[in-house]
Amino acid sequence: MTRPLKQIHLAAHFPGVNNTTVWSDPQAGSHIEFSSFAHLARTAERAKFDFLFLAEGLRLREQNGRIYDLDVVGRPDTFTVLAALAAVTEHLGLAGTINSTFNEPYEVARQFASLDHLSAGRSAWNVVTSWDAFTGENFRRGGFLPQDQRYRRARNFLRTAWELFDSWHGDEIVADKATGVFLGDPDAGTFTHHDPDFDISGRFNVPRAPQGRPVILQAGDSEEGREFAASSADAIFSRYATLEEGRAFYADVKGRLARHGRTHDELLILPAATFVLGDTDAEARDLAHEVRLQQVSGQTAIKFLEQLWNRDLSGYDPDGPLPDTDPDPGEHTVARGRASVRMYRDPVATARQWRERAAAENLSIRELIIEVTGRQTFVGAPATVADAIDALVQADASDGFILVPHVTPGGLDGFADTVVPLLQERGVFRTEYRGDTLRDHLGLPAARRTGAVLRTAP
Amino acid sequence: MSDPESPLQLAVALDGAGWHPAAWREPGARPTELLTPRYWSDLVVEAERGLLDFVTIEDSLGLQASSPTDPDRRTDQVRGRLDAVLIAARVAPLTSHIGLVPTVVVTHTEPFHIAKAIATLDYVSSGRAGVQVRVSARPDEADHFGRRTLPRIDFAEATTPQAQALIGDLFAETADYVEVVRRLWDSWEDDAEIRDVASGRFVDRDRLHYVDFEGRWFSVKGPSITPRPPQGQPPVSALAHQSEPYRLVAGSADIGYVTPHDATQVREIVAEIRTGQVAAGRGGQTVHILGDLVVFLDDTAPVADARKARLDELAGSPYASDARVFVGTPAQLADLLQEWHRAGLSGFRLRPGALPHDLAQITRALVPELQRRRAFRTGYDAGTLRGLLGLPRPANRYAAV
Repeated sequence: MTRPLKQIHLAAHFPGVNNTTVWSDPQAGSHIEFSSFAHLARTAERAKFDFLFLAEGLRLREQNGRIYDLDVVGRPDTFTVLAALAAVTEHLGLAGTINSTFNEPYEVARQFASLDHLSAGRSAWNVVTSWDAFTGENFRRGGFLPQDQRYRRARNFLRTAWELFDSWHGDEIVADKATGVFLGDPDAGTFTHHDPDFDISGRFNVPRAPQGRPVILQAGDSEEGREFAASSADAIFSRYATLEEGRAFYADVKGRLARHGRTHDELLILPAATFVLGDTDAEARDLAHEVRLQQVSGQTAIKFLEQLWNRDLSGYDPDGPLPDTDPDPGEHTVARGRASVRMYRDPVATARQWRERAAAENLSIRELIIEVTGRQTFVGAPATVADAIDALVQADASDGFILVPHVTPGGLDGFADTVVPLLQERGVFRTEYRGDTLRDHLGLPAARRTGAVLRTAP
Repeated sequence: MSDPESPLQLAVALDGAGWHPAAWREPGARPTELLTPRYWSDLVVEAERGLLDFVTIEDSLGLQASSPTDPDRRTDQVRGRLDAVLIAARVAPLTSHIGLVPTVVVTHTEPFHIAKAIATLDYVSSGRAGVQVRVSARPDEADHFGRRTLPRIDFAEATTPQAQALIGDLFAETADYVEVVRRLWDSWEDDAEIRDVASGRFVDRDRLHYVDFEGRWFSVKGPSITPRPPQGQPPVSALAHQSEPYRLVAGSADIGYVTPHDATQVREIVAEIRTGQVAAGRGGQTVHILGDLVVFLDDTAPVADARKARLDELAGSPYASDARVFVGTPAQLADLLQEWHRAGLSGFRLRPGALPHDLAQITRALVPELQRRRAFRTGYDAGTLRGLLGLPRPANRYAAV
C-alpha cells in the first residue's frame, strides 16, 4: 500500500537573540527596524509559507553579572510587530510567543483576538512558561512561580483565555440600523472563571474573531510539555530534526492525542531547523563550516563553556584544551535569562562527556563547542535540501519545519527561490494558498468552542 | 501661555462609530465593520488627508457601557472593540505622516509591556507614535484581572474622602507608570548597538542602563528589551478634568486633553496646568494643552442641529458629554477654535459625533477654512509626531554628558 504524499508545512522564524544569528555578516541588517520584519514576512509569503514566528525574551540576558553583548541584543514588541505585518501581507500566518507567567489572561486574550480581527484570521500563539525571578524583576507581579506550578498556570491561563474567546459565539453583532438593535445578546461576552491561579469574572470586550481563537503553538520536550501539547496545542515545536529522534518524538506525541479525544491531524509536529544552501553539496558544506565559525567565535565558545561550568572561565584560551575540573554545583548563577542552561540537567556528567570527546578527537574548546552546539539541519544544494526535508516528512519524523535563517532579513530569500519550487514540483508543497486563515493553511479543523478537550487535561 | 500666532495643533479622537451613542445608525455609518482593519485604515487615511497632527484611538479593559461606573445590558449601542495599540500598529504601514496615539489603561497593565509596545509602534511608524494613558476606576474592569478590588465610586459626586483617596492613588500610580515607561525608553542610549566586529560586541553594554524603579505599586529593573525608539520619547498624553489629573498632565505628560466649556474656563484650566508645571520643575518644557470638543458639523447650522436632534431621538435622550458639544458649521467651529486658541489652548482634539461624516467635515471643510485663515498648516512639514508638535527630540537621561 502506498499512501498519498504528505503535504509539508513550512514556517519562518525571524532570527533573534541567540548565536545562530550572524550579525557580523555584511548582508546582515537591522533586527529592530520594521523593514527587516516586512522583508522576511514578504519572502515567507512569496514562498507560500504557513506562518512567520517570533520568539520572546522579557529581560536582557546576563553573564557574569553583566548584560551579554556578543549576540544580537534587543527585540521589538511581538503584538505590535505582528499587527503591523498584517498590513503588508495577505495570507501569511502571524505567530507570537507570549508568556503565561508575566501576563494576565484578559489582556492577552484581547490582544490575540484583536490581532486575529486585524489580520483576518491569521494569528497564532506560542504559549511559553517562565518561573524565574530574574525576569520577574521587570514586572508588577515580580517574584517568580515555583517551577512545579508553571504548567499548571499555563494550562489554567490557556483554559481561561479559551473561555474568553468563546464568550462570544460570533453572531451577536446584528447592527440593524432600522430596528436599533446592535447587539443580539445583552449578555454577550459574559464569563466567570475560578481556579487556583485566576479568579476573574465579567465581560470580554472583543467579539469572536475570524479563527475563533488563535492557532496554539507550544514548545517543550519534558513529559509535562508533551502532555500539555497533546491536550491543548495545534502544533508543537520540537528539537528533533533527524530521522530516528524525530520519528520517536512524533510517535510519542501523536500517540498521546487519542486519550485527549483528539485525532492524528489535530496536532502538527514542527521541528526548528537551520539550513545552508550552496550551488553544490560541497560548496554548501564549506559555507556551513564558515557559518559555524561565525556563530561560535572564541569568545562565544568560552561563554558557552561558562554556562555549563557555572563560573568565570575568561582566563581560558578558546583554542586550548577544556578545563580539567568539574563544573561548580548548585544554583545556576553565571548565565541568567537563558533557557538553554536548564538543558544541562547533570552538568558534571555533561562536562565529563565533553572532556572525553575533546580528548578523543583532539578538539580545542572552540572546536568542541562548534560540535556539541551544532544544529545545521539542512546543508546542501537545493535538490539535496528538498530531498532531505521531504524524506523526513514522508517518514513521519515531522509534519514540516520552522526554518531559522542565520542572516536577517534576507536569509530566507535563497530558500524561497530554489528549494520551494523543487518541493512544489514534487507535489508536496502548495503553489497557492487555498484558504484565508492560518487554520486553513495548517489543515486544522475549525476551532471548537471550549469543551471536553481542556476538561480532560490533567 | 500659548502664542496666539503659533500654529494650531489639531487631532481627532476615534472611537467606534463616533461619540454619539446612536451614530452607528447614521446612513453613512459602517457598524458591521468596526472590527475590521479596513474601517480603521480608512479613518486614519482620511485624517491624514486633512493634515491632522494625530489621531487618538480610544480603548478600555471592559465592554463599553452607558454608565461611567457600572456595566449594562444595553443592546442599542456599539459594544465590542479592538486593542488600540494593535489598531495603531495595523494602520502605521498604510500612512506616512500622521501621529498614532493609542489609549492604554495603566491601572491593570505592565509598564514594561507598554513601554516596548509604544517603542515598537514608534519603529513601525518611523517616529509617529504617542500614547494616551488612562486610569480605570471601574470595579468591573478590576474583576477582569482579579489582582485588586476597587470600591464603586460615583465620580459625579466624588467628594468623599474615600473617593478622593482612591483618585489620588490611581493618579499617583499613573505618574509612577509614566516615569517607568520614560526611563525604559531611555534605558538604551541611541548608539548602544555598535556591531563592533573587531571586538565581537553587538552592543556596548555601558550604554544600556538599569532603570531600577521602586515605588508604592511596583518595581521594575530594566533595561527595556527594545532599543530607544526613533523619537527618543514618544509623546505621552492624558485626558484631564480635575486637579488630580491636571497635576498628572503638568508633571508627566507632553499633551493634556481638557474639557472647558467657555473661554473663561480655558484660561482657568491653562493657568492651573501651567502653575503645576512650574511646581513640578517642568516650567521650561512644552506641554500642549488641547481642548476636547465633540463636534457635529454640516454645511448649515440648521442641518447640523437637525442631525444632532435625529441622533438624540434615536438614542432616546439628548447626548451629554464631559466635553462641550459643538453643533454647527465648520466656519462657526473655526471661530470658536481661534477664540479658545487665543485664550491659551495649543490646539484641539475633536471627537467626531458620527463617523465617517464628522471626520470628513473636519478634513474637507474645517481644515480648508482654517487654512484660509492661515491658522493651520498646508502640508506636513515634519517627519515625526514630535516634529509636528514642535517638540525637540529629548536628550537621554542616562547618557553621559
